[in-house]
Amino acid sequence: MISIRSMTRRSEPYVFAAIVALSLLIQARSGQFFTGNNLVDLARALIVPALFSIGCMLVIVSGGIDVSFTAIASLAMYVTDKTLLASGYSGSVLLAYAMSGALGLLMGALNGGLIGFLKLPTLVVTLGTGSLFTGVMYGVFAASASDVPPAIAAHGKQTLFTAVNLESGLTSNMPSQVLILVGALVLVFLLIRYTMLGRGIYAIGGDEAAAERAGFSVAWIKLFLYSFVGLLAGITGVARISMISYADPSTMLGMELTVIAAVVLGGTRVTGGLGTLTGTIFGVTLMTILANSLILIGIPTYWSRVFTGAVIIVGTGVSARQIGSARRRVRTLQKEA
Amino acid sequence: MQSTVKPAIPAKALAGRDQNLLRLLVMLVFVFGLMTVLRPNEFATLADFNSMMRQFPEYGIMAIGISLTMITGGIDLGVVGTANLSAIFAAKFLIGAVPQGAPPEQVLPYLAAAVAIALATGLLCGAFAGLLISRFRIPAILATLGTQQLYTGIAIGITNGRPQSRLPLLYSTIGNTEFFGFFPLSFVIYCAIAVGIGLMLSRSRFGTCMYMLGTNAKAARFAGLNNASIIIRTYMVSGILSSVAGLIMMARANSAKADYGAPYTLQCVLIAVLGGIDPNGGFGKITGVTLAILILQFLSSGLNMFNNISNFYRDVIWGGVLILVLVFNRLFSIRAERRAVRRSMA
Repeated sequence: MISIRSMTRRSEPYVFAAIVALSLLIQARSGQFFTGNNLVDLARALIVPALFSIGCMLVIVSGGIDVSFTAIASLAMYVTDKTLLASGYSGSVLLAYAMSGALGLLMGALNGGLIGFLKLPTLVVTLGTGSLFTGVMYGVFAASASDVPPAIAAHGKQTLFTAVNLESGLTSNMPSQVLILVGALVLVFLLIRYTMLGRGIYAIGGDEAAAERAGFSVAWIKLFLYSFVGLLAGITGVARISMISYADPSTMLGMELTVIAAVVLGGTRVTGGLGTLTGTIFGVTLMTILANSLILIGIPTYWSRVFTGAVIIVGTGVSARQIGSARRRVRTLQKEA
Repeated sequence: MQSTVKPAIPAKALAGRDQNLLRLLVMLVFVFGLMTVLRPNEFATLADFNSMMRQFPEYGIMAIGISLTMITGGIDLGVVGTANLSAIFAAKFLIGAVPQGAPPEQVLPYLAAAVAIALATGLLCGAFAGLLISRFRIPAILATLGTQQLYTGIAIGITNGRPQSRLPLLYSTIGNTEFFGFFPLSFVIYCAIAVGIGLMLSRSRFGTCMYMLGTNAKAARFAGLNNASIIIRTYMVSGILSSVAGLIMMARANSAKADYGAPYTLQCVLIAVLGGIDPNGGFGKITGVTLAILILQFLSSGLNMFNNISNFYRDVIWGGVLILVLVFNRLFSIRAERRAVRRSMA
């Protein structure tokens, strides 16, 4: 049972309303929004940021912040791509996902070990490892845009269905990678809803000392969390290059800020302990529509960074305000009691 | 160049921090010696020193700005955006206002006005970030990630991403002056700022307040400090320092552009942490920051002399050094804590 009062305190309804309003505005200005092919194109553009945002949400819920996941995804997919190309591999794409995921997992475990066991600050650690992984990719592997092995190329051509715009005759394919997104959402939903591990992530973000006293092994949970985020990033990397069908080392770098902004916009509390998958997906959807459709309503691309910045500031400001008012409520309740 | 002032932190903490300075000094001598041995004909020549003195002030000054915000327990990731936005406003003003072919004595007041515009922009950018952090209680990381995007976005928006060149010649002439034919103006500015900020941290009321806030914000508030005002002023200082760095970049490149110095953000955080600034706030000195800047400058200048080493190894080394320093400092502080506990038990 969700009462109206608790609804207005959550940010999902507001973000959803913003999505609807923006969609209607774009539809009114361009008449191109609610067409089958535009919606499929949006879904397509959504897959990679949404996959990143799931891991990013978990990290922020735990009270941390990760800016290295795009570097992890890039290095993992690049090494996988080069290895498979060099070995002339022609089997299933599953191996590519497994290999890239495993590499991501290892890199994530490095983050997790430093953050969990040595209790180092998350931002500084992930800034450092992010720089390290990017440097290894460009320095050691001398990365440049490269072909993808046949398995990944074939995987990129698999489509679930094709949407046709009857007026313009444009078609858009729904890529099969959307199934990975659905799978990841279900998996993480089960994790945070039904497992002690998932509850531990929220508990740490709420109050780390309290979680420790309550019997959660904070260091191990953090190690798991960052390793899982690395795994997800590695898989996302392969999904990305299969969709654009060439391995561009720079294609994902720099996305981290937009993803963090989307997650915070979706109502994930910036100080940890609170956050939902629904809100996160809403946040990513709003950012994707903003990024893809500003041109449709006549805003030049030069100004798109200003929008990202403004959305981060306003979104985090609103979120921080909600924390403040929640604290005040608790305080008045305590006084009354 | 190093501010030789006594820090305002208690004697007990001082002993621990001086060990950090000693470690930095050993590292500095090691890197310097290594490069001198490996590249005797190029490294540590007079010409090399001169070029190093031209390179480090622009990011060094931003690193001091980030260090100040880290001492108060925050972080300013918006320094590069602030620097570029300030430089672009100054450049736009110069390009628009200075008449073509005007004699130097006529151009000079315009230059002074342009510098004032840049510094004012930096001040406002910093004040806005400070306001978001102190009044709206947005965590410093997110607030300044946002301002970095916002300032860079505005800079791209008003220039359409193009460099602003055709500045009056006098600007780069003055900006690239060398005192005694050897010390570049930017280096002299860096020294003045390092000494000034060092004195501010150790001798002024404001500096002590910053350390107190960074050590324990709640305790500082109960001790009667106006935390919001300290935070806003700290980010204002960081903003002004960034705009000075922006002006120096503008003089070096003889133009201003929205994406100059993009990798400096990470580099400055690295310098601050390497220099012994505690990312959780409350500790650190400008002397340490200056030593860290020199270590990194020696490393990168030395690496540049190896033609077969890709520039991207710098990212590897910086990332690696940052992690190692963190781990090292952490292990040291764990040991110090244990020793303190044992002593209190005895």
